Amino acid sequence: MQPTDIRNPSYFHKVVDCQWACPAHTPVPEYIRLIAAGRYTDAYMVNWRSNVFPGILGRTCDRPCEPACRRGRVEERNTEKPEPVAICRLKRVASDLKDDVRALLPGRPSRSNGRRIACIGAGPASLTVARDLAPLGYEVVVYDGDPKAGGFMRTQVPRFRLPEEVIDEEVGYVLDMGVEFRGGERVDSLKAVLAEGYDAVFVGTGAPRGRDLQIPGRFEAGAHIHIGIDWLASVSFGHVDRVGRRVIVLGGGNTAMDCCRSAKRLGGEDVKVIVRSGFEEMKASPWEKEDAMHEGIPILNYLVPKSFEHEDGRLVAMTFEKVKAVYDDTGRRTLVPTGERDARFECDEVLIAVGQENAFPWIERDIGVQFDRWGLPVLDPATMQATLPSVFFGGDAAFGPKNIIWAVAHGHEAAVSIHKFCEGESLDERPDPLSSLVSQKMGIHEWSYDNDISGDRRYTVPWAAAEKALRSIKVEVELGFDASTAYKEAERCLNCDVQTVFTREQCIECDACVDICPMDCITFTADGDEADLRGRLNAPSTRPEQALYVSDALKTGRVMVKDEDVCLHCGLCAERCPTGAWDMQKFLFEMTHAGRRGSPDTTERSAA
Amino acid sequence: MTYLAKPRLHHPTLPVNAVGFTRRDYEGKISTLCAGCGHDSISAAIIQACWEMNIEPHRVAKLSGIGCSSKTPDYFLGNSHGFNTVHGRMPSVLTGANLANRDLLYLGVSGDGDSASIGLGQFAHVMRRGVNMVYMLENNGVYGLTKGQFSATADEGSRSKRGVVNTDSPIDTVSLAMIMGATFVARGFSGDKRQLVPLVKAAIRHRGAAFIDVISPCVAFNNHGGSTKSYDYVREHNDAVNRIDFVESRAEITADYEVGAVVDVEQHDGTVLRLRKIDEMHDPTDKVAALNYIQEHQAKGEVVTGLLYLDPGAEDMHAHLGTVETPLNALAEDDLCPGVAMLEKINASLR
Repeated sequence: MQPTDIRNPSYFHKVVDCQWACPAHTPVPEYIRLIAAGRYTDAYMVNWRSNVFPGILGRTCDRPCEPACRRGRVEERNTEKPEPVAICRLKRVASDLKDDVRALLPGRPSRSNGRRIACIGAGPASLTVARDLAPLGYEVVVYDGDPKAGGFMRTQVPRFRLPEEVIDEEVGYVLDMGVEFRGGERVDSLKAVLAEGYDAVFVGTGAPRGRDLQIPGRFEAGAHIHIGIDWLASVSFGHVDRVGRRVIVLGGGNTAMDCCRSAKRLGGEDVKVIVRSGFEEMKASPWEKEDAMHEGIPILNYLVPKSFEHEDGRLVAMTFEKVKAVYDDTGRRTLVPTGERDARFECDEVLIAVGQENAFPWIERDIGVQFDRWGLPVLDPATMQATLPSVFFGGDAAFGPKNIIWAVAHGHEAAVSIHKFCEGESLDERPDPLSSLVSQKMGIHEWSYDNDISGDRRYTVPWAAAEKALRSIKVEVELGFDASTAYKEAERCLNCDVQTVFTREQCIECDACVDICPMDCITFTADGDEADLRGRLNAPSTRPEQALYVSDALKTGRVMVKDEDVCLHCGLCAERCPTGAWDMQKFLFEMTHAGRRGSPDTTERSAA
Repeated sequence: MTYLAKPRLHHPTLPVNAVGFTRRDYEGKISTLCAGCGHDSISAAIIQACWEMNIEPHRVAKLSGIGCSSKTPDYFLGNSHGFNTVHGRMPSVLTGANLANRDLLYLGVSGDGDSASIGLGQFAHVMRRGVNMVYMLENNGVYGLTKGQFSATADEGSRSKRGVVNTDSPIDTVSLAMIMGATFVARGFSGDKRQLVPLVKAAIRHRGAAFIDVISPCVAFNNHGGSTKSYDYVREHNDAVNRIDFVESRAEITADYEVGAVVDVEQHDGTVLRLRKIDEMHDPTDKVAALNYIQEHQAKGEVVTGLLYLDPGAEDMHAHLGTVETPLNALAEDDLCPGVAMLEKINASLR
């Protein structure tokens, strides 16, 4: 097998599963170590540089990092219920316990570079673009139809999950950098914005229209049927403060979960969620489903909405067709009626949360911005550039509904593109990420990271008392970890960014690393192709998507093969190595944002 | 930070053996030997062999003397019995323990200083008596705990780390063990577990005095050019005479091998060792020929490894002495004090 090229930053980046899975590639283990060290402000800044909204994301992120976390894999069969590190909630700890960070943020630039950028929509994607470009001297103008900035984060995430102060704080950090916010100015013509002479326009208007459900009775009983996402916005602004006693929420995504939990707080006594497909296939994150069920909300599945029943314009019930999932030879699923009698549920109000649609009625179709047959803009997925070169898209407006962390990632890429576009550079040449690889050895058996692996199980975040939480829509449910629990949870992190680096020339093939490795990751064996090698490892390789670290031929002609899959990064291989052939080296990887010229200053500052 | 305990987390697919233990259950405390010490690999080989053979840890007694090697029983089989004896006196304590309770598996762990210098007399006698045991000699040719002076097994002409040439004649522990009457004699290399683990398993199955000399490089004091017990030297000069493929009863042997290349050796208790010969000239059941072979090849600077000698008809000390089969701790008072009438009878027989 071809020896592994560790000079390619992608190799070690992929070993840091959480960071690899994060759309914004936040250096997760780096900030978790800082939290363990009590350096909350530094931990916050590592986050802020990379994902702009640590306090908001620490409460609401879809956390693609957690299913990827190695901790869940190494606890498999070692504990009853393997659980990843509570990465998202640790992020919140950094935000909750930090000092005032304003002095650490880039201030208003001393002078303008003379270029003007319009960001349409004041959601996370636009604000990320503004944050990346404003410090470089760009004059950024952010438009939004709502009077306050924040977009989806402010209007559609319920207050009991995300208090308004947190939004004000983090949105404020961006706007305070000299960004001009024009709240309450809904843009109804892109042509008009372009005519104002902006150097580039960023469209971050989200996916605002919730999908409707056109079945019999929808029109007649319309007064008691709401599009979930609009209803959430109304609740957020206080226009809606109560709901019927019996509420049905249609749909299985996170918006449906927000709807049902909000309804429960606004007087809904009998609140239930009804989904077309199976419980397992629901789009909502497992923890959001758990949270809803924890509050006594049943989730009924395999029921396809058939009609709204109404009497004198008043909604009385819904009927559903019972279906089952049938899989054909290719594994494709179809829902077929079971033939049983339709299910009927009485209700006073229905919230439809069956997805969102894109809509750009305000973008003229004759100005050069093309749309595909699903109504989404035609974009270069790497640069976020539209077919009209001065227009860029990001967030839910770009590829349909995703989540905040994807919006941030889009914003960073769009900002890089806009900067290059304004500088007249090629957009296709993306800046290299910053990476560094530094030995953590401090002495014999002494490392600059804590390599004593904690055996603790995942700590649960304390909740506000249910009576109190359910009484008000504004009481935050999760209380966040306190400092000592945060420390213990942080210690569960395996420090996957502290890499096992192997130097072939130093190895004397004494087997010490093989003998000590608690996970049986390391094998010395005859070379072969990858499939062959995977079949000859000391411990079976169960995840081919996880890389093998392979050395060149050693003195005996064998090669060193390390399966990265379940490595604890405990460093015992390096501690037992007599020649220093193994070393533990911290791999710090940061995406390059707009205008950064590969200066590793931030790397040095945050190095533990 | 000092030495960390090995994390309890293990590979998700780590299997359990027939007695319900994982390999990790056979481990001991974390080793305090130098990083890269060959002795740690030997400990790992013992762990692997015991796990594969479904040995219950509480049926094993580990005995050792003094030295780096004699510290190692702390680092494997943490749930077995252990006795760290006086320097060079492990064989007599082991003999006594074996006389008292023949049902345990006795693992004698010693080094070249402990066995070939201070304990040479004990070493010779425990082999003579045919004590049923596995005697592991972790042989690195130096006194590691006292900064690397030559030990009695250092080859004549080999150089110390400081460049001093050894002028004394070495004690060849495998030849000595054979001459003194050991009935299973092998040599392994800590850097080759594929050979060593089956040797340990075969020695455990052997009923009688089983001796394994394991060349175990001392990375701190004897792993340099000029050493004959370094990783490089042993790898370059290793003359492996055979490989053990099976240590099972005859009925279970099913695999085919090239005719002529395989020797099945049936032992006294019906167990069979299947040896794949590498060197046709070596016959492990002919003691005189084996001794000649070892001398010839060692004279050429080769390190002869593998199963060197096996007496398939071996008997152990209990058979020689006709001792009672029940362990002494399981004998009741009636058995131990049979009463006045029996005493009279014995006395009468001696008049």
